[in-house]
Amino acid sequence: MTDITVRLAALREQAPATILPGVLDRAGLADHFVTRPSLLGPVFVAFTSRGISLVDLAPTPKAFAARYRARCGRPVVAAARPPARLAAALEKALASGRTGRLPLDLAGLSPFQRAVLHKAGEIPPGEVRPYSWVADEIGRPGSERAVGNALAANPVPLVVPCHRVVRADGRLGRYSLGDDDNKRLLLEAEGLEVTAYESLAARGVRYLGSATTSIYCHPTCRHARRITGQHRVEFRDARAAAAAGYRPCRDCRPQTA
Amino acid sequence: MPTEARIGIGGLAAALADDRDAAFPRLVRALQDGVFAGALRLTGSRADAEEITQEAFVRAYRALGAYPDERVRELRVREWVWTIALNLCRNRARGRSRRPENLAAESPPVPDPAPGPEQRALAADDRERLERHLARLPWATRASLVLRYVADLPYGEIAAALDRPVGTVRSDVHRGLQRLRQSM
Repeated sequence: MTDITVRLAALREQAPATILPGVLDRAGLADHFVTRPSLLGPVFVAFTSRGISLVDLAPTPKAFAARYRARCGRPVVAAARPPARLAAALEKALASGRTGRLPLDLAGLSPFQRAVLHKAGEIPPGEVRPYSWVADEIGRPGSERAVGNALAANPVPLVVPCHRVVRADGRLGRYSLGDDDNKRLLLEAEGLEVTAYESLAARGVRYLGSATTSIYCHPTCRHARRITGQHRVEFRDARAAAAAGYRPCRDCRPQTA
Repeated sequence: MPTEARIGIGGLAAALADDRDAAFPRLVRALQDGVFAGALRLTGSRADAEEITQEAFVRAYRALGAYPDERVRELRVREWVWTIALNLCRNRARGRSRRPENLAAESPPVPDPAPGPEQRALAADDRERLERHLARLPWATRASLVLRYVADLPYGEIAAALDRPVGTVRSDVHRGLQRLRQSM
């Protein structure tokens, strides 16, 4: 008969796989970060078990961790790589500026803030929309200022492209990741002719219409950019477009009169 | 994973003193198998053992945050975690003894996905008998045996975790083994 000490040792077994994640979650240590190259230089990308929780520029990992603690109230530790379920979608989102299927952890945000970010995520690369468009689209007309605040507090810039929401008067407006010039840099990298857009908006042009289709668009809508010079009609507002017999584009959904 | 089970605790205290948050996952990985297996034999319940293992590590993390760096650097990590875990096990055992339950019924033998050669060699009913006899031993004897042979702790650490003299632990282990040999 096997000795009792050997039989006692045979009672050893591994801890269930749920222990470690459970402990880290309860200790507030489930948050990790990696660095990724971006147009603005290396960015820190933090994630929880739910998804991406913060994207930010910082001089050092330590500075990022301090900022994370201040914003999210939890520590964050460096990881060698993002978890497999996030990796592909993260690379894609950073490369294309489209959120796509990338899971986000927006736990600390209000429903309004989430709606604003979700809406900003719908704007295609190389296009911009005014703050008032976001306000209208989420069913809160007149809330431009609150929309601006929500975008300024966007915890996940780049992967939620808040840089595509601009002022209606042709100025690009503020940008939260680094400084305001980064907004121009990102938009130009996406192929937007920022100077041309700015001067158009500065002249008071809000929409462009096509004389062949009688449809009007935001000036940066991909349909508007295809309108040739001789068929291009400029409008100051939706009422002018409607008066001329134009209907709003179904893709970029400009204001209706 | 066998590699995870063999993760050492050498340098752990120093690493924790330098950066609690960065080193803590390593502490859990290094100790979780021993703590879970030990708690399982001390409580007789898989659910209790899981809960106690988690709770012990969470309490350890909170305590680490309150300790000054010098104290963490001097910490004997494994016996310290076991001090916490043993208290949880004993409180759980006390709660159970007030409302006795059928141990065997509560922890049906869960087949391991990949039993090792040792485990295969040990017939299931033999194992059950051993667990039953183990459960009948007095607390200190049972805890000493489990820490020595299931959790694989040296005598010094067992003595510290149980807050008993090393000599007493040694004779408890000796007596416990004798009793198990007789009753098996």
